[in-house]
Amino acid sequence: MNDRFEIPASLKRTSMALILIGIITLVAGAITLLGSADIHDKTRFWVILLQNSVYFLLITVVSIFIQAAAALAQGSWIVAYRRVPEAIGANVWVFSLIAVVVMFLIVFTFNINGHNPVYPWVNPAGDKILEGKSSFLNPKMFVGFTLVTVILWSFFGRKFRSLSLAQENAPKNSTKIYWQFFRLAGVFLLVYALTQMSTTPWFWTMSTQPHWYSTMFSWYTFASAFVSGMSVILLWVVYLKNQGNLELVTKEHMHDLGKFMFAFSIFWTYLWFDQYMLIWYSNQPEETVYFKLRQQGSYSVLFYANIVINFVMPILILMTRPSKRNYFTVTFMAMIIIFGHWVDFYQAIIPGPLGSHWHLGWYEMGTFALFVGILIFTVSRTLASASLVPKNNILLKESIVHLS
Amino acid sequence: MAIKKFAVACYDDEEVLFPALKTVRHSGYKLHDIYTPFAVHGLDEAMGLKGTDLHIAGFIFGLCGTSTALGFISWILTSDWPLNFGGKPHFSLPAWIPITFELTVLFSAVGMVLTWCYLNQVMPGVKKHVFHPRQSDDYFVMAVELNDQTSEQEVVDFLKTTGAKETSVQIAEDSWWYGRFDKEEAYQKL
Repeated sequence: MNDRFEIPASLKRTSMALILIGIITLVAGAITLLGSADIHDKTRFWVILLQNSVYFLLITVVSIFIQAAAALAQGSWIVAYRRVPEAIGANVWVFSLIAVVVMFLIVFTFNINGHNPVYPWVNPAGDKILEGKSSFLNPKMFVGFTLVTVILWSFFGRKFRSLSLAQENAPKNSTKIYWQFFRLAGVFLLVYALTQMSTTPWFWTMSTQPHWYSTMFSWYTFASAFVSGMSVILLWVVYLKNQGNLELVTKEHMHDLGKFMFAFSIFWTYLWFDQYMLIWYSNQPEETVYFKLRQQGSYSVLFYANIVINFVMPILILMTRPSKRNYFTVTFMAMIIIFGHWVDFYQAIIPGPLGSHWHLGWYEMGTFALFVGILIFTVSRTLASASLVPKNNILLKESIVHLS
Repeated sequence: MAIKKFAVACYDDEEVLFPALKTVRHSGYKLHDIYTPFAVHGLDEAMGLKGTDLHIAGFIFGLCGTSTALGFISWILTSDWPLNFGGKPHFSLPAWIPITFELTVLFSAVGMVLTWCYLNQVMPGVKKHVFHPRQSDDYFVMAVELNDQTSEQEVVDFLKTTGAKETSVQIAEDSWWYGRFDKEEAYQKL
């Protein structure tokens, strides 16, 4: 069986080219945007970096979450391709590092006349609402929560990978590592609930518009990240299958991933609509300011495109069973979903700092390419470093005969 | 609905049933149906049954629910009896989405249950011919349809070679009926 993945030269070239494009974009951005006299250009440079680094960090952490969730449910369906989420999860530290550097640079160095356009709460003086929130929204808390979060995520990502690799050399039918993984998975879910599902979106994205708040926001961000994270896993599985690896993965497993993409697109819509309808119904000025900016200004294109791409397309295209078992439709929809939720993050983060001065141009696309390149580069290296079949895993046999 | 003649073979093990089913289908006899005491995995594929289209019915029922809800609510709240709720416009779509969603689910669920009952001929009061009383106990009963050209004896002998514990030839109504069955005369004619 072909259980070793050798990185094809084409993939290596692609990832290198994407990273190169990204670095050129960053350098060009630093010269033209950061060097510009216009405040909005400077803000655009930072806020796009923030959006991309947070988006890619959150969708890679989903790979750790799905391993933990499957382990706690004792699910065997993931085992046939679990090396993929493991490899993505083991590289969370890369994206953590990038996100931390970007966010700390924004918090500590970005200052225009005593005002931080991306995170206005950094200088709360003179703003009553921000002064009231300053015991929570302040640089010290931000740094503390961020560091604890990313260190825990990076640790669990690498720990899960190493435990799973250790299982290969463990005595046959030994369940010691299995239960160790099980216990750690429970701990990780707790960590994840207290970070991704509550505090991190408050600090990282919601605080770009610190006057506004929503109790749904973290769940909404989680749903967004989860569905695109599953799409990333699916793209890797399809790619590895096309390379002749992952022979144990069948249409049944693809059907499972397709179901996740379908179901969680609906879940995302549910949370999106919950947040929207409650704010629309109660109609309080301090809450409606979020949607007024997005639905009625120049962002209305993105606002409606967001629903079409992330709800209408998945529900219509992925609804039938044959479409979830068809490699073309699931791959196409995975790309659409990843792009769609990137747009979702864009319209959540950008309007606060940039207002109507936004462009979707070369800088946004180049930064996106940089992160895609890093994702391909790091994950392919991790995938190639070990066997793609989790031999000796006690659920492997169950996973092979799995029926969706 | 028609009255037909069937050769019936009873097996006491699914491991005998599957090869027997394969032989029967391979020999070109027309399979009527198989009755088993419990759901046997893979039997539908072995019988060559097509996947169900029930979900398409579900989708259509769902669309009916969506349009019923949206149509009815918008008719009431914009033209028949407009009310002012907190200064919202009369046509306020976001407030109707939850009800629309509920009716979509309700219509598709109830519609699919009824369609399923119709397709499987299991409604309260609907009766069907029972080929062997032990088909709900421990027998796997296979009914093969006979016609003018097939020789009864040949088919029965053939079924015995496939490992059947009991065989018989029965004249029966092949579909369902409702209420009292009074087709004795039709049976006599055959």
